[in-house]
Amino acid sequence: MTKISFPIMGDYHIPANYLLKNVLNAEIISPPMVTAKTIEIGSKYSPEFVCTPFKYTLGTMIESIEKGADTLIQMGGGCRYGYYAELQEKILKDLGYDIKLINLVTKGKTSIKRIYRLIKQIDPKFSKLKAIYYGFITIKMVKYMDNIDEYIRENIGFEIEEGSFEYLKEKCLRDFSKVKNYKELKKLYKKYIKQFTKIQIHKPDNCLKIGIIGELYTIMEPFSNYFLEKELAKNKLEIKRFTNVNYLLFEKRKTIKHYLKYAGEYIKYQMGADAADNIARTKYLCEEGYDGIIHIKSAFCTPEIGAMGVINKIANQYEIPVLFFSFDANTSETGVKTRLEAFYDMLEMRKRK
Amino acid sequence: MDKIGIPRSIFYYYYGDIWKSFFDYLKIPYIISPNTNKEIMNIGLKYGGDEMCLALKTYIGHCAYLKDKCNYLLIPRIDNYGLENQTCTNFLSTYDIVNNIFDTKILNYNINLDNKETLKKGLIKIGTELGKPKHEINKAYKYAINKYKEKRKREITINTNKLNSKKIKILLVSHPYNTYDDLIGKEIIKYLEKENIEVIFSDKFDEKITNKLSEKLSKELYFKYSKENIGSIVYSKDKIDGIIFLSAFPCGPDSLVNELVMRKINTPYINLVLDDTSSFTGTETRLESFIDMLKGGLND
Repeated sequence: MTKISFPIMGDYHIPANYLLKNVLNAEIISPPMVTAKTIEIGSKYSPEFVCTPFKYTLGTMIESIEKGADTLIQMGGGCRYGYYAELQEKILKDLGYDIKLINLVTKGKTSIKRIYRLIKQIDPKFSKLKAIYYGFITIKMVKYMDNIDEYIRENIGFEIEEGSFEYLKEKCLRDFSKVKNYKELKKLYKKYIKQFTKIQIHKPDNCLKIGIIGELYTIMEPFSNYFLEKELAKNKLEIKRFTNVNYLLFEKRKTIKHYLKYAGEYIKYQMGADAADNIARTKYLCEEGYDGIIHIKSAFCTPEIGAMGVINKIANQYEIPVLFFSFDANTSETGVKTRLEAFYDMLEMRKRK
Repeated sequence: MDKIGIPRSIFYYYYGDIWKSFFDYLKIPYIISPNTNKEIMNIGLKYGGDEMCLALKTYIGHCAYLKDKCNYLLIPRIDNYGLENQTCTNFLSTYDIVNNIFDTKILNYNINLDNKETLKKGLIKIGTELGKPKHEINKAYKYAINKYKEKRKREITINTNKLNSKKIKILLVSHPYNTYDDLIGKEIIKYLEKENIEVIFSDKFDEKITNKLSEKLSKELYFKYSKENIGSIVYSKDKIDGIIFLSAFPCGPDSLVNELVMRKINTPYINLVLDDTSSFTGTETRLESFIDMLKGGLND
């Protein structure tokens, strides 16, 4: 039987696992969590100045293969991410791993027909109907998870009993991964939303609010930003983040037109990946009275490098502080923490004035 | 009359000839920034972002040089020639980046064949904005394209003929804005020619052929200019002695494409990645030993 795996990103391996488990007649090897070791392995075999997600995903792939996977899935994006798979496959084969790599995007396009053909090779009994049914549930699951995350981000800094949000979220995800049908998922979602809102918090009206923007992989994979959000929450901040899978898959297409109009005095075109989105979000955060902005990206992320100058310009005009983080394989946790603390202290001082 | 400033960088090396004939025909005055020099590069470093690629920094330097010497800067945006032929994301964002740095007015058009936005439409837009009548613009476009095609054909013939040369032949795989830039590629070419090497250029082949041939090295590639670069390797691999990969640090497409190709080819190669701190002395040493190796190989 085929043993299938995929690169990890945040909590999204849970819906991905769910979909594959229910749709494919194959063994699913859950990808291991990204650790310092993963990054070390990934960097060792990656080209020197490739962007960091390449190194992370390559590292995960190697670890999955060592766990027994023989078929890997890679995704695409609006930049060079879409071209990762071909080189990663070559690197893995040169290393002597006999694997198959399924790239969901090829030549800049997603072809359902091609993906269908590839899946048929793995599982000849694959049924389209089943895929559509479970695909629908998975999409809803992602949306529910993103909604819950948004609520958590706004409130986790103010929980009275430390760890209560995290504990409930873990329980929620565990239950989500076991649902049998959509009805059950919806019921669970409603139940958990209620429980989340019941968690006791102490949130002052004038708490500091910051927005996190940046490159999509780094922003969604907790290890690559060193639990940045958690660190922020410790300092009692309310966090707004825009990018999640639901946005990328379903909202971006509509929203980007609105974004370009909204930030029309700064940008006319899309700049690749989420760069233009982040420029518009900067303006939004400034207009909405946020106290500060944190921009995070992986090293060498070309679209975001282009956007950074514009983001800085907008923030200067509105006099809102921005903190830029560029993560690579050598970024030290302590360095990130120190810079965050200094940033937080500055925001506090500004607020008191 | 309004004067147009053309930065001698990135887009210039693809469209410069067309622009020049187009504006000449319409009698629109223009100024082209000089070859890249240390001064231009340094202004580019000042205004550009730290992590931008060397070519983009240089481009910004050229814009800074021109901004007070013209009424408009000419900065196109090249998105794609169809979804299988996209460009680096810097080609998408240069217009907006420059527009946010300088106050100068910018003439801009967008090429996005996936959305039926062609070069012709772009130049008509530019002509109209400069107040020229439609029929004149159409004539100017035809004139410019024909002249460009003739020149391009000549260049392709010369370059292809070099493959039959008796000298040691090296294929220089590089984007034209690096190859022909004074601070990036020119010194390398000069050095190779001095050493009696036949230098063959990856961008001077029939792009229809090289684009298709690239599939032999990379099936999933969707960057137009990278495809043409590696297609030239497939086209000429039996006739050349060595390959030099030349990139500007940290080029996004090259970081992946060149790595893949280097893992697949059997021809001897070196990989030169230049940034603003590179000195030619270091490059020279590497070129020297590469050529020695090639010469040694020939004597075997």
